Amino acid sequence: MTTPLLRVEDIHKRYGNEEVLRGVSFEVARGETKVFIGPSGTGKSTLLRCVNQLTPPDKGQVFLEGAEVTHHKADINRLRASMGFVFQDFNLFAHLTAMQNVSIGPIKVRRMHKEQAKARALAELERVGLGEKANAYPAQLSGGQQQRVSIARALAMDPKLILFDEPTSALDPELIGEVLEVMIELAREGMTMLCVTHEMGFARSVANEIIFMEHGVIVEQGPPQEMFTNPRHQRTGEFLRKISELYGETAK
Amino acid sequence: MKFLFKWEWLPQLASGLVVTVEVTATCIAIGFVLGILLALARVYGRKPLSIPASIFIQFFRGTPLLVQLLIVYYGFPNWGIRLSPFVSGVLALGLNTAAYQAEYFRGAIQSVKKGQMLAARSLGMSLAQSIRSVILPQALRLVIPPWSNELILMLKSSSIVYMVTILDIMGQSMKIASRFFNYLDVYLVAALFYLALVLIVSLLLRLLEHRVQIPGLGVHADRR
Repeated sequence: MTTPLLRVEDIHKRYGNEEVLRGVSFEVARGETKVFIGPSGTGKSTLLRCVNQLTPPDKGQVFLEGAEVTHHKADINRLRASMGFVFQDFNLFAHLTAMQNVSIGPIKVRRMHKEQAKARALAELERVGLGEKANAYPAQLSGGQQQRVSIARALAMDPKLILFDEPTSALDPELIGEVLEVMIELAREGMTMLCVTHEMGFARSVANEIIFMEHGVIVEQGPPQEMFTNPRHQRTGEFLRKISELYGETAK
Repeated sequence: MKFLFKWEWLPQLASGLVVTVEVTATCIAIGFVLGILLALARVYGRKPLSIPASIFIQFFRGTPLLVQLLIVYYGFPNWGIRLSPFVSGVLALGLNTAAYQAEYFRGAIQSVKKGQMLAARSLGMSLAQSIRSVILPQALRLVIPPWSNELILMLKSSSIVYMVTILDIMGQSMKIASRFFNYLDVYLVAALFYLALVLIVSLLLRLLEHRVQIPGLGVHADRR
């Protein structure tokens, strides 16, 4: 068997007295899309941040293609560069145009030539349908457009996988679709994706696996079909029914 | 009462003006560079860096500028450090304004949204790269209004360097005043010189603020 692209082992994280993550382990194969669901405060976002060390875990290990990300001697900047991160509130660089937002990573981190990085940035912006907004600043874009730029920013780094932290939660309902479309397209093109999201339409159409978390542990995981129709835990079924009522219709 | 302004004062006052501009520009530049470093040390530095930075800032903000100037010019020679009047003046004023500017920079850095740093780091930028390419460009825009106040304050505070025999606007006007025994008129003209400088500097900084404004965000727009 080949090594998985990402291996997460026994991650623990505590904030003060609260243990947000209590031993989470999973593996992600190349090209897979995994969707993390669960009540708020169960550590899904913290888990994503532990993967690329934006939040270093207290205990546990993360391996990217066999290389230990959590090792104290790991070149964390180099490892992070190959893991895209899409934030709930976009976090586009406010002082840079869409184009500059996308090209700054390749220029500063990959040491790519400026003209080459610009061409790459434009290509990525076109890929998310925003070629004509290349010179707009974040404050001049809608939330949906900003999130698509932030996906382009992640893509321009040629990431091995992309972590999506509730990418549509801060968006007005009518803007969610355009972001999900881009994400679905990416999943179909074979991008490896870890998504914290409650968009069940998205999960049903492209997720290879849904991981249900509660109180800092994984309760159950499995292919969407199985999770929806035949969950092993009662709690999983309840939760899925509830969020399907709320979010189920947004993406098909 | 008659206003007894004499045109022959002008060349002397003009040369004083040049000195005032030189002193202020130099100490502001020192304060700018040192202020940014102090602010970075306080925001991002571990204790061995942030504590000395805090002590420096507390000391220079907590003691009178005049005392600082006199210590440098008259006190340092006791330790064998003899500095020219210009260097003494610029050093004391520069260190003083560095402390104030550091606090303004710190405030600006801390009001850049947290997510900006996270996003930069998530791309694989180092802390230094993130500060240089993402945090400072935004913080320096935010700092312009309070920084303008500091610059104006320094323009006026620079007048104390006459105490160490520097012939700035103040130094020149004292010379003129004692030669003509006409204190009121000379000092009024000196005040007008300072006022003119302050107005010009304020105008330039307001232009700068508009020039570097981020499109889509008003100068005073909230930054969410």
